[in-house]
Amino acid sequence: MKKSFYRGGSLVAGALLAMGLVGATQAATELTVYTAVEAEDLKKYAARFNEDHPDIKINWVRDSTGIVTAKLLAEKENPRADVIWGLAATSLLLMKGEGMLEAYAPKGLNALDPKFRDKSNPPTWTGMDAWVAAICVNTVEAEKNKLPMPTSWKDLTKPVYKGHVAMPNPNSSGTGFLDVSSWLQLFGEEGGWAYMDALHQNIGHYTHSGSKPCKQAASGEVAIGVSFAFRGAKSKASGAPLEVIIPSEGIGWDMEATAIVKGTKNMAAAKTLVDWSITEKANKMYNEGYAVIGIQRLAKPVEHFPDNIPQAMIDNDFEWAANNRKRILAEWQKRYDSKSEPKS
Amino acid sequence: MAVTPSSLSAPVRPLKPKASADDHVMRLFILMIGLYLVIALALPLYAMFSKSVFDSEGAFVGLSNYLEYFRTPALVYSIQNSLFIGVITTVITVSVAFVLAYGFTRSRMPGKPIFKTITMIPILMPSLLPGIALIYLFGRQGVVKWMLFGHDVYGPIGIIISEVFFTLPHALIIIVTALSIADARLYEAATALRAGPVRIFFTVTLPGVRYGLISAAFVVFTLAVTDFGAPKVIGGSFNVLATDIYKQVIGQQNFQMGAVVSVVLLIPAALAFFVDRLVQKKQVALLSARAVALEPKPNKRFDMIMMVYAIIVSIFILGILGMCQFAALFKFFPYNLSFSLKNYQFDLMDGGGWDSYFNSIEMATYAAVFGTIIVFYGAYLVEKGKGLGVIRGAFQFLAMLPMAVPGLVLGLAYIFFFNAPSNPLNVLYHTMTILVISTIVHFYTVAHLTASTALKQMDAQFESVAASLKQPFYRTFLRVTVPVCTPAILDISIYLFVNAMTTVSAVVFLYSPHTTLASVAVLNMDDAGDIAPAAAMGMMIFYTAAGVKILHYLLSRGIEARTQAWRISSAN
Amino acid sequence: MASVFLKIDSLTKNFGSFTALRDISLEVFEGEFVCFLGPSGCGKTTLLRAIAGLDIQTQGRVEQAGQDISVLPPSERDFGIVFQSYALFPNLSVNKNVAYGLESRRSKREEVDQRVSELLALVDLADQGKKYPSQLSGGQQQRVALARALATSPGLLLLDEPLSALDAKVRAHLRQEIKRLQKRLAVTTIMVTHDQEEALTMADRIVVMNHGVIEQIGTPEQIYATPASAFVAEFIGTMNFVSALATGSGTFTHAGGSLDVSADGLKESGQVRLAIRPEDIYLSQGTDTPRLNQVVGEVTAAEYLGAFVRISLAPEGWESTLQVDASTDRAAALGIKVGAPAYVELPPEKILVYPEAV
Repeated sequence: MKKSFYRGGSLVAGALLAMGLVGATQAATELTVYTAVEAEDLKKYAARFNEDHPDIKINWVRDSTGIVTAKLLAEKENPRADVIWGLAATSLLLMKGEGMLEAYAPKGLNALDPKFRDKSNPPTWTGMDAWVAAICVNTVEAEKNKLPMPTSWKDLTKPVYKGHVAMPNPNSSGTGFLDVSSWLQLFGEEGGWAYMDALHQNIGHYTHSGSKPCKQAASGEVAIGVSFAFRGAKSKASGAPLEVIIPSEGIGWDMEATAIVKGTKNMAAAKTLVDWSITEKANKMYNEGYAVIGIQRLAKPVEHFPDNIPQAMIDNDFEWAANNRKRILAEWQKRYDSKSEPKS
Repeated sequence: MAVTPSSLSAPVRPLKPKASADDHVMRLFILMIGLYLVIALALPLYAMFSKSVFDSEGAFVGLSNYLEYFRTPALVYSIQNSLFIGVITTVITVSVAFVLAYGFTRSRMPGKPIFKTITMIPILMPSLLPGIALIYLFGRQGVVKWMLFGHDVYGPIGIIISEVFFTLPHALIIIVTALSIADARLYEAATALRAGPVRIFFTVTLPGVRYGLISAAFVVFTLAVTDFGAPKVIGGSFNVLATDIYKQVIGQQNFQMGAVVSVVLLIPAALAFFVDRLVQKKQVALLSARAVALEPKPNKRFDMIMMVYAIIVSIFILGILGMCQFAALFKFFPYNLSFSLKNYQFDLMDGGGWDSYFNSIEMATYAAVFGTIIVFYGAYLVEKGKGLGVIRGAFQFLAMLPMAVPGLVLGLAYIFFFNAPSNPLNVLYHTMTILVISTIVHFYTVAHLTASTALKQMDAQFESVAASLKQPFYRTFLRVTVPVCTPAILDISIYLFVNAMTTVSAVVFLYSPHTTLASVAVLNMDDAGDIAPAAAMGMMIFYTAAGVKILHYLLSRGIEARTQAWRISSAN
Repeated sequence: MASVFLKIDSLTKNFGSFTALRDISLEVFEGEFVCFLGPSGCGKTTLLRAIAGLDIQTQGRVEQAGQDISVLPPSERDFGIVFQSYALFPNLSVNKNVAYGLESRRSKREEVDQRVSELLALVDLADQGKKYPSQLSGGQQQRVALARALATSPGLLLLDEPLSALDAKVRAHLRQEIKRLQKRLAVTTIMVTHDQEEALTMADRIVVMNHGVIEQIGTPEQIYATPASAFVAEFIGTMNFVSALATGSGTFTHAGGSLDVSADGLKESGQVRLAIRPEDIYLSQGTDTPRLNQVVGEVTAAEYLGAFVRISLAPEGWESTLQVDASTDRAAALGIKVGAPAYVELPPEKILVYPEAV
C-alpha cells in the first residue's frame, strides 16, 4: 500500500520536474535575440543569416518596441537576451545609459553611414535601417467625409479633421514618442506643445501601438492615422485604399539597431551575428521593406514608399530625445491623458 | 459541553497526542502545498508592496511614490473612471441578470435549457473578444453603428457593453442560485394572505434574494474594475486603473508606479471581496432552513414576456459571438467582404502564431491537471488534517486571498519576485512552469471553495472509521474521498482549463517567446491593429473551451450513469 | 466480575477555557456493555472520542488491556466504531465496506471473502453483499457498519448514538440485536446515548453524565431505583419533586403540609427536595381519618396509556402537580374523573431525599 502511494508521489514530482525543464532547452550555438522587427519578417531575417551561419540558431523574442524595451530593462539585473537585433536606437540609448550594452566594433563598421552608429568608440550599437513617421490617409473615408488630402503636420490641426485623426500614445508606443520628440525639435519646445495642443482637438483616439493608427486607417476605422511609412506601405500592398503622406515640414525618424547585451554567455556567436547585421547582404535585405538603410548607397526605391523620404528626415537628436524622454512623457501625460474623462 | 471555566488554578501542560505516521505525512504535505502558496502568492505580493516604496535606484522612499501618484491628475482620473465603469456595469449587469434569472426560476418559458446555455457563453471567451466584436458592430465602419446614435464606441460605452457581456454569466449563476432556494411555502402563505403579485415580489421574492444580489453586485464590480481586456481593446483614450498598470510598466518601464497603481487597484478588489465573504456567510444561514422547492405555475402571458426577454439577451450574446466569427473570415473588412482563411495565418502576425494556440492548450492542460491535484489535495488536508492549527488557518487565508488579487497585479508581482537575480527560483522565469504556477494561483480560490464544499458534504466520520480499521489515510483518500468527490474534481479541472485558456491579465507579464499564449496573442494582434486575426484567434480559444466544456458534460453524464447505483439515495 | 479491561483515570478535557470533561475516572470490565447516558452536551461523546483517540484529552490517563494508550493516535489503538451517521463508504459495496479493514493485512482473498460472509450472516444481511449502502434501509446500513466495525475483531466496540437516526420500530429491534451480538461475541462495548430507555434495556452498567462529570455509575436497576442525585432521578424515568424543610426524625414540612420519610441513612437536614416516582404513589380510597402521608387533590388531567393511567393531581398548597400512575382497572374502580378529588398515599420508604439545588 505504502509503495503505491510513494509511486504516485514520485510521479507528480517527476512531472513537475519535467515542466521545469520546458523552455530551458540549451545548445552551444543558440542565441536569444530580442527584437521589435515586424513578425512577418522574422523568419526571413533568420533564414538569410543562417545561409551564411547555419551553426547559430536564433531564438526570437519579438514584441512591440515598448514591450521589448520594458522587458530588457526589467531584466537588467539578470539579462536573458544575448543580442538585440532590430530595436529603436532611442531604446538602445536608454540601455546604454544603464550600462547594459557591450561595446563592440563589428567588421565593416566604416561602410556604415555615420548617422547609423553609436557615437562612442567602439560603439555600443549599430543601425540597420530607418523607420520614418508618416501619415496614412484612407482615400475612401476621406472622400466620404469630404476631407482634403493633408500635406503637412500643420494641416492636421485644421478643424475639418476634427475627430478623424488617430495617433499612438507616446507613453506606450515608440512611434508615438518619435512623433512627439520630432515635433518638439521641428517647432521648438513651445511651438511643439502648442502644435500638439491644437492637434489634440482633432484626435479621435490615441492608440497603444504605433502601427495601429495606420492599420485602422487601412480598415476605415479612422480616416487619418499618424504612424510610420513602413506600415503604410505594407497595408497599401495588401490592398487597403491608403495614401502614405510625408509631411512637408520634415519627419521624425528612428533607427532599428543592433547591440550585444553585456554579460552574454555566447559572445562569439553574438559578435558573428552583429558582424552579419551590417553586411551588404543584410542591408539589401533591410531594403526590401525600408527605403532608408545603413549603407544608403545600396538602397533601391521600395514600392508604395513615397520617394522623398531621405530628404524629409529631420536631423534627429537621439541623445536629446533619450535624455528628455521622461520629462516629455510626463508633460504629455499631464496635458492630454488627463483629458480622457467620460465623454458621454 | 459544559460552560464552566476551568477551575484548575495551576496551569497544567496538556497532554501531547502522539502523531501517527499518517499525521506526519499529512503535515508534510500541507506544509508543501502551503509553501507553494507562500512562494507563488504571498512572497510575490510582498515583493510588489515593497517595490512601491522604493525608487528605481532601489532606495527606500517611503510613501513618496504614492504621493507622486496622487499628484498626477491623469492617474487619479483613472480611479474615477474605474469606479464609474464598475458602478454602471454593476447596475446594468445585475438588473439584466436578475430579470433573466427571474424568468429562469419563476416562469415556464419554453426553451429554458437553450437560453441557459447561451447565457453561459461569455465565460468561454477571453474578455478582449467582446471588445473586438464591438468594433465591428459599432465602430466607425460598424454594421449596426446607427444603434449608438452617433456616440463613439471607443471609451466608456464600449467598455461598459463589453463588461456587461463578460460579467453577465457570473451574476446570473449567483442570482439563479439565490432565487432557486426560495421556499415555496412562503409563497403559499403570502397567497393565502391574499397578497397580490407585486406585494409578494417586494415582500417575499426580493428579501429572499437580497444576499444573492449583493454578492452578485460585488463580484461584477470586482470583475469590471480589474478587467484589463475590454478597456485595452475598446477603451480608446479612456484610462482605467488596469490599463494604467499596463502603460506604466510596458510603455514607460516605470515599475515603481506600476506597483503603486497595483496597490491602488488592490483596494477596491479586496474590499469587494471581504464584503462578499461577509454576505456569503449570511446567505448560508438563510440556506440552512430546509425549504420546499418552488414550482412555477404556467402563465401564458408572463412566460411569453420572459421568453422574449431571454431572446433579446441571447441575440446580444450570439450577435457578439457571431460578429467575431464573421470578422475573422472577412478578407478585408469593410472593403472586401469575401470570405478567406488568411486571418488564420497566425504565423505571419504578432503574438507568436499557431504556436501560441498550442502553448495555450498545453498550459491549460497542465494547469487543469496539476491545479486540480494541488487544490483538491490542499483542501482535503485543511479539512481532514489534524494538528498544525495555526498553519491550517494561514493556509485557509492564503487559499482565499487570490480572489482579491487582480490578475495584472499578480503578474506584475511575479516579475518583481521571480526575476530578482538573488532569487534562486528565477530559473522559472520565462518558462511554461511559471505560467502554470501563476494561473493555478490566480484561480485558486473558487477551485478551493468547490473542493471544500464537496469535502464538507462528505461524512466527517470516514476518517475516524478508517483510522479505527487501521487503514492509512491515503487509501481512504484514493478509494473513497476521490471517487465520491469526482464531480467536484471534474468541475475544478474544467474551471481551471477554461480560465487558463481565456486569461490574459496575469500571464501578459510572464509569457516568453517560447511560451506565447493564444489569449495574449489576441491582445498583441489587436494592439498591432491586426484585429481580424485577433478575432480569429479569440474564436479558436472559444471553440476549444466550448469543446472541453461539452466533453466535460458528456463525461459527467457518463460518470453519473456509472455511479448511479450508489448516488441515488441522498435521501437517507 | 471479570478483569478490568479499560481504565480511565482523572481524565479532563478542555476546549479553550471551557471544561468539557472534569476529572473522570471509570473502569470497564472485560466483556461488559456500558452506556454513557446524559443530555446533549454532557460530555459523553467527548469521553468516547477520548477513548478512541479521536480527540485526545487534556489531562488524564486511559489504559486498555493493561496498556497505557493515553496519547496514542486512533490507528494505534484497538477498537471498532459505529457512528450515528453509519459513515459507510457510499461508493463501495456492502462487501467492500465490511472487508475494508481486512484487506491489506496480508490476508488471502478467500479468507477475506469468507470472513465477510460470516460477518454479514451475523448481522442477518447474508444476501445483501453486492448492494451499495444507498440501496439499503437505515437499519440495514447500521448493521453493515456494525459488521465492518467487528470485522477486525477489535477488543473494544464503541457505539456513538448508533440508533438515534432510526425510527422507533427499527430502533427497538436493532437494540435487541446489538445486545444479542454483544453477548455472543463477548466484546467489551461502550455505547453513547441520550435515550434512557436504550441505556436501561441494553447496558450492564450505565454511566450517567452531566456537565462534564459522572453523576452515577450503576446497573440499570440501581440507577432507576436509587438515583444518586436529583439530576439522575429527574433524568431517568419520571419523578415527582417537592421542596421541603427537614424538621427532624424523618419528618419534612412543605407548602402543602408535612411528609414522613423512612429512607435508610437519612442524613439531610435543612432545605431538601423530596422525590417519588409516579408508580410508587398509591391511589387510595378517600377516608376521613388521615392516613400516613395521605394527600388529597383535584384531578387536573388523566392520560390513558393503555395498561395504566397517568393522573395529574393538584393538592392544595403544593407548588406543582403530582403525577400518579395507577392501573386502568383501579382508576376506574375508584371513579377517577377530571375535576373530581382523588386521594393518594406516599409510602415513606419510597420517598427519596436530595439536597436542595443551589
